Amino acid sequence: MESKTARLIINIYLGIFLVYLFAPLFVMIAAAFNDSRFPTVMPWKAFTLRWFSDLWADDRLWGLGDEDGRLGAVANSVLVGLAVVVIAVPVGTLAALLLDNLRGRVRSFLYALMVAPLLVPGIIIGISTLIFWTRLGVSSGLHLSTVGQCSFICSYVMLMVLARLQRLDRSLEEAALDLGASHAQALRLIVLPYLRPSLLTAAVLSFFQSFENFNTTLFTRGGASTVTIFIASHIRTGVTPEINALGLVLISITVIAAVVYSVRRRTAAATAA
Amino acid sequence: MKQLLTRYGATLTGAMIVATFVWLVGMVILPYLVMVDFSFRPNLLPVDIGTDKDHYTADNYATLFRNQIHFLVFLRTLWGSALATLLCLCVAYPVAYFLAMIATPGQAATFLLLLVIPFWINEILRTFAWFIILAYNGPLNGVLRIIGVISSPIRWISGSGAVIAGMVYAYTVFMVFPVYNAILSLDRNQVEAARDLGAPLWRIHWRVVIPHAKPGITVGCILVFTAAAGSYIVPSILAAPGTRWFTEIIYQWFYEGQNWQQGSAYAFLLLILCLAFVLAMMRIFRVGLADIAR
Repeated sequence: MESKTARLIINIYLGIFLVYLFAPLFVMIAAAFNDSRFPTVMPWKAFTLRWFSDLWADDRLWGLGDEDGRLGAVANSVLVGLAVVVIAVPVGTLAALLLDNLRGRVRSFLYALMVAPLLVPGIIIGISTLIFWTRLGVSSGLHLSTVGQCSFICSYVMLMVLARLQRLDRSLEEAALDLGASHAQALRLIVLPYLRPSLLTAAVLSFFQSFENFNTTLFTRGGASTVTIFIASHIRTGVTPEINALGLVLISITVIAAVVYSVRRRTAAATAA
Repeated sequence: MKQLLTRYGATLTGAMIVATFVWLVGMVILPYLVMVDFSFRPNLLPVDIGTDKDHYTADNYATLFRNQIHFLVFLRTLWGSALATLLCLCVAYPVAYFLAMIATPGQAATFLLLLVIPFWINEILRTFAWFIILAYNGPLNGVLRIIGVISSPIRWISGSGAVIAGMVYAYTVFMVFPVYNAILSLDRNQVEAARDLGAPLWRIHWRVVIPHAKPGITVGCILVFTAAAGSYIVPSILAAPGTRWFTEIIYQWFYEGQNWQQGSAYAFLLLILCLAFVLAMMRIFRVGLADIAR
């Protein structure tokens, strides 16, 4: 259908695009193995694994509570992530259930309000959360980061759950209620099992979103550190390839997660077909 | 409302309303209102709070127009974000078109997975990769010298060039997905018909594909622009000293100037900038909010 030259041009373009997409990641990974104080790949000094042992020995990252009870960045990020999942998944789901049963103006208005946080820059979410709670007498810290992150992660959950809810066959619920099930039973036995895949995806994505968050956390964290804060402050004040080693670890987790997710989705699609 | 009660009963309906209320009012509306209220107050010593000095004022907003450097940074942020958005569109459009119209389903699935991987990797790490590549003694200058394009290294990280390059890299995926989704629903026969009638390639895109992809392009532009204007990490890593981004000035008001009122005013101005962009795009391309959150 396309002419041969057009086809060739687009193939070349896609090739360049893929290189553009992945070359930076490879450069960063390669620099993790270079024995140079400043992270780079040229000049290549020598192969080393010392940045990984530095990374492994870094208490600011892995610490599980120093004498003041302060946690390392990883523990903080995981705790905030779990708290966000625990709050955002139920709230987003309830909001989606509510929206699914509304029509007309009320629905459009609520929908706009629920989606709006996704279009607001993260630092403004952080600042408004910080000021609101400080004026109520709550000082900054990771509890505020959790609340700030939830305000927009709820929106993601709501959208994911709503998309699936709209395909739910309502006669199933009606049948359950007609046959004497209580509302709680209908929810537990019909609606929630139907929503399960969406809820699982929403939980995983909420955790990732929280773990990756920088802008909202920056303003609300108080003195606490998370993984993203740790990386950013490390880059700005005397960066070493330890960050590249950490980058490799995070990239590996991401790639594994992405592959597992797509394989699972394909098998799910294959069994459904 | 009646439907809710018959379908879920009073307890569950109550829980839905309470949860939604706590989220939207307690976590979204009230914090913004308090921030805006705060931005119209003077920065006072604790002893002066509640005295006659404590009254509403637009002074914090006037600062932006009094301070030439801050105003310049504001304009740079506006202009730089718009440029990054345009570049993202140019980079992403051919990819989206290929994925939606040319690739086989298998190819498209693999390609989308490849796109998702950098998207899931932290923005800080992606920016840091460019920091390494563009360094004065870094690989880009090294490669260019080896192949003889340049004789002495170029200082890439100067001015805002590197910031925009980093943003284009970080946010291109925000553009690919919505544009891809929009083109996907275009009937291939329309493209065929245009071609059979002798339309040249550019005209097929200009008159058939792009008009159809308008909602997707709008969404992509909104996502990229707000991400770029609100980005703190990309400019803080890739900008030369002296070329700051508006978010960095906001941060300074909070943590170096200790003037939160002033910082809130600047944050609200940034929000207005983003909102103005969103509304302008929706107006220009005649797209509604329901198309955006798809």
